[in-house]
Amino acid sequence: MAQANTAQAKTQFGYRRHPDQDRAGAKMAEHPVVVVGAGPVGLSLAIDLAQRGQRVVLLDDADRIGEGSRAICFSKRSLEFWDRLGVGDRMVDKGVVWSVGKIFHGASQLYQFNLLPEEGHKRPAFINLQQFYAEAYLVDRVEQLPGIDLRWRNKVIALESRNDGVALTIATPDGSYQVHAGFVVACDGARSSLRQMVGADFAGQVFEDQFLIADVKMTAAFPTERWFWFDPPFHAGRSALLHKQPDDIWRIDLQLNPDADPVAEKRPENVRPRIERMLGHDKFEFEWISLYKFQCRRMAKFIHGRVIFAGDSAHQVSPFGARGANSGLEDAENLAWKLDRVLRGISPEGLLESYHVERSAAADENIRESTRSTDFMAPVTRQEARLREAVLSLARDTEFGKRMVNGGRLSVPSIYDTPLSTGDQDQWRGGPRPGASMPDAPMTSRDGGSTYLTEAFIRQGTRFTLLAFSNGADVAVPDGVGTIRVGGDDGLVDAKGLAGRRYDAVPGTAYLLRPDGYVAARFRKASRPALDAALARASGQN
Amino acid sequence: MALSTSSNFARPDDAFRAVVEAHRGLTDAQSADLDAALVLVLANHIGDIDVLREAIALAKRRLLDASQQQQQQQQ
Repeated sequence: MAQANTAQAKTQFGYRRHPDQDRAGAKMAEHPVVVVGAGPVGLSLAIDLAQRGQRVVLLDDADRIGEGSRAICFSKRSLEFWDRLGVGDRMVDKGVVWSVGKIFHGASQLYQFNLLPEEGHKRPAFINLQQFYAEAYLVDRVEQLPGIDLRWRNKVIALESRNDGVALTIATPDGSYQVHAGFVVACDGARSSLRQMVGADFAGQVFEDQFLIADVKMTAAFPTERWFWFDPPFHAGRSALLHKQPDDIWRIDLQLNPDADPVAEKRPENVRPRIERMLGHDKFEFEWISLYKFQCRRMAKFIHGRVIFAGDSAHQVSPFGARGANSGLEDAENLAWKLDRVLRGISPEGLLESYHVERSAAADENIRESTRSTDFMAPVTRQEARLREAVLSLARDTEFGKRMVNGGRLSVPSIYDTPLSTGDQDQWRGGPRPGASMPDAPMTSRDGGSTYLTEAFIRQGTRFTLLAFSNGADVAVPDGVGTIRVGGDDGLVDAKGLAGRRYDAVPGTAYLLRPDGYVAARFRKASRPALDAALARASGQN
Repeated sequence: MALSTSSNFARPDDAFRAVVEAHRGLTDAQSADLDAALVLVLANHIGDIDVLREAIALAKRRLLDASQQQQQQQQ
């Protein structure tokens, strides 16, 4: 929008003609993998693939990073993924770290929650960061990686599936050209044109309520917490959200009536009085205003032949819960290592099916959670509203009422029920079960330096890795598998005992971690045959 | 079946009476508000999602039975 200024338009990129476009009459260029869409998901996926040694062509139909803040909440899981991609520090240094949320009803606070109540994690529960910063840092990283060929103003206009891949027709300012891709990953957003090209439907639930997002610039003394109001004095009968971003930008989200006129509501002169009532002053400038309705829906299949969908192109949720961009990033980390193995020919193509199995179940979970939040904020029937009011009033005096109040359940990684997992054979009282993501824990290295388990995993090369709690009889790991040893003569020291507790570990306990940091199998006493079998299963080889 | 439908109160009339009296003097809207809160309080006390689901199913079946009977009487 016109009055947006401070932080935008710093990331304009030029179109450059590529030799692929000068092959008229010759055979079209062949590429193992083409990623379509240079948003957070496409960029992250391309980086992960390139770091694993793949050559990636990344296409985007624009020549600049999108305007407006859009996604602002990035989860611990996303930050851990970005650490593996070498961009975590930049995101966290720029971002606003938060873990406390407060819920208000009317003028008074109902309760507050802490999303990361325990110590000893490298990354916080969440940071808030404008999406354009995240994208800019990812583009910087892309430019360090010779394996990625990022082509701006390259718009896919046709797609033809073949046995061994996909022929893409790409429009540019110089006219169109074709390439052949072994695999295409469509990260081209909620309005995905590739989804239409493969003829996939995208059915789901449309919510009638409208929400107004305004990013305002002001210096304010509000704490860096997520504040959510039901029926606030400044916006009677509806809900409101206030959240801090870097650069003194504040995200304000106001629920409007279903019959509100979108054009009129979006005019700054109409938005301004609402926000003045909310903030109690008029010392702010608009950065971005957007009005939206949302949908909860997903594709029935995330894989169509050699075209794979990731992020918003495959699934959409309401924004309450920070499950949009974060789930897209989880798609990327889930897909990258599998696609790498398939492209190398060390896993069968069937391994990719587990991407659909795991991430479509995660999409269902995200849709369920975000639909529940939305229904709580915007009750459909009179009786639903009555039950909501009963919860809000009970929340003043009772713990159970507080826990039923749903102002958005914030994104946590899914636990996969997946054919890649080897079921537990031993007795466990805790720790991550197969299909869960690895919990972090603070460690001390042999030279006395502080580190974290997530860092040790990165040092092992983000590949299959055995996390072994030493008992003095180490099992020999198969070739190509990393090892993180805790305890023993040469292992990391679990000085605070947190790793042991979080993994329910005793001497001899071992976890086989997948290249995306999820648990594939765990053993009280690992044997080489059991490890080989779990590894084969997790790589899709049986 | 996790839901107990045998009689659990030593004096069932007292229990029924307690609920009835809670609604005395209320408008229909107030009664509906009271019921909404009461259902949530009791559901939490039970604290078992299977029992809750069975209770909902039983209550809904009563609702269906009643509407069918009404239709039959009208015929």
